[in-house]
Amino acid sequence: MSSTLAPARPARITLALRDSSTMLRRNLLHARRYPSLTLNLLLTPIVLLLLFVYIFGDVMSAGMGGGDRSDYIAYIVPGILMMTIGGTVVGTAVSVSNDMSEGIIARFRTMAIHRGSVLVGHVIGSVLQSVASVVLVGAVAVAIGFRSTNATPLEWLAAFGLMALVALALTWIAVGMGMVSPNAEAASNNALPLIVLPLISSAFVPIDAMPGWFRPIAEYQPFTPAIETLRGLLLGTEIGHNGWLAVGWCLALSALGYFWSKAVFDRDPK
Amino acid sequence: MPSFVMPTSRQDDVRTPPAAVSALGLRKSYGDKTVLDGIDLRIPAGSVFALLGPNGAGKTTVVKILSTLVTADGGQAQVAGHDVTASPHGVRAAIGVTGQFSAVDGLITGEENMLLMADLHHLSKREGRRVTAELLERFDLVEASKKPASTYSGGMKRRLDIAMTLVGDPRIIFLDEPTTGLDPRSRHNMWQIIRELVSDGVTVFLTTQYLEEADQLADRIAVLNDGKIAAEGTAEELKRLVPGGHVRLRFSDPTAYRSAALALREVHRDDEALSLQIPSDGSQRELRSLLDWLDSTGIEADELTVHTPDLDDVFFALTGGGDMNNQPKEAVR
Repeated sequence: MSSTLAPARPARITLALRDSSTMLRRNLLHARRYPSLTLNLLLTPIVLLLLFVYIFGDVMSAGMGGGDRSDYIAYIVPGILMMTIGGTVVGTAVSVSNDMSEGIIARFRTMAIHRGSVLVGHVIGSVLQSVASVVLVGAVAVAIGFRSTNATPLEWLAAFGLMALVALALTWIAVGMGMVSPNAEAASNNALPLIVLPLISSAFVPIDAMPGWFRPIAEYQPFTPAIETLRGLLLGTEIGHNGWLAVGWCLALSALGYFWSKAVFDRDPK
Repeated sequence: MPSFVMPTSRQDDVRTPPAAVSALGLRKSYGDKTVLDGIDLRIPAGSVFALLGPNGAGKTTVVKILSTLVTADGGQAQVAGHDVTASPHGVRAAIGVTGQFSAVDGLITGEENMLLMADLHHLSKREGRRVTAELLERFDLVEASKKPASTYSGGMKRRLDIAMTLVGDPRIIFLDEPTTGLDPRSRHNMWQIIRELVSDGVTVFLTTQYLEEADQLADRIAVLNDGKIAAEGTAEELKRLVPGGHVRLRFSDPTAYRSAALALREVHRDDEALSLQIPSDGSQRELRSLLDWLDSTGIEADELTVHTPDLDDVFFALTGGGDMNNQPKEAVR
């Protein structure tokens, strides 16, 4: 065997890390070069935040058993932050769908690189974008009076960790949606549930205040436990079993999105 | 060794160069449409091979299978000594592919595209920059290197595409219709580029719709029609198969046309266009004797043109039914 003479072949994991970070750089370059898509998606949660606080705020807070507008700001900010993630990953679905129609993906498939690196690059890039978006929307929330003074640094850290985990889960799902969509319009339609689900969660009104028949829909979906957990971490409300539920949802969705995307990517292209 | 799988018994007694690409009985269908119906290929290392065929013949599918982009339904193929199904990674490490549709990232600049390739080939930063600068220079892209690739013209995109393919220094290059859609100048530039590749000892597998292109570039040509190899050989061998070379006489006076048609008899008549086609290989000797004969019979055409075989002729000859259909493959080999 002449293997001693040949240069050592890099381990699989080294190859995977290296190629994935190259692909991540490519994605961040795209995001930096064309920031309009990301910024457009940021508008929705900010507009909703302002709308619900300044236009509907008095009615909403009155309807929720007294309290003033600042109480309502505190109530909806966790939901708005989760919605921000949902909006950002819609952009991911669109950009994955666009990317898959590009000739360069065919080139990547014929190169001796880690096969999943294209997708991993998209996912990590999108999670970073989600975190950045959350920070921006959070800054707007703070500017209009949101305060989370009671939270400990550990709770802050946990809140960030939770949002990153939600972003990871939703991103993998969005990548799968982008991969099965033939074009950008279809991708944006397919990813619509990621924006609609927070609207029908406990983001804007408590589940108790909803009609009875609707409560199961609002309760048994990933956004509600995630939002309740975030609320608990930032504002000190009761978290209960929502923490485990949120983590469980995230892990399950991540796994589902990962295997789904991988299966689609491994299929022969048209 | 994978190459022993190939039934090359005819060539076993002669020393042949190792095959860079070999395929046996490749099959592929999409739905109930059979695209490839048993393709055999053997391409010696360091040669240029052209797969010639009309749109929809299956050329791109052959490239996709050999470059591990799609899997064949049947048959086997080795590229650079690796089986495309069993060891796709080995194949990928040896090849470069420039597809029919540009495989560049339009959102980033030409230079960034090149550096991306360098990173994916695990070149060091310094080496990546060196190779990028060198190839951008070689393909005349320095000026445009800081502009997004989506703003490039067709010819520039194709050059960037090939430059990106060359970053990893592949030993076998697949070029799927490298000149389709290019203007004549870009086409000639591309031919020059391909010739340079060959002089570096690279094996080139190219597909084309143009006989002239195959003629210019390839050592061997296979004609793909309807999912099958209709003929294979050198350009010369193929042209001999094709009776499409002819001299065309065009008349403006119907009377002159009719009398010429009567006098010449053994010709293909086109009464609408008032033109006659006389089979000819286009050589000086044949033309001279033809002209002498026309003079002696007093025929004066208004226009005389010499046609050498083109792709149309090849296809009419190879697929037009009759005996030609079954013979060419054996006849050429």
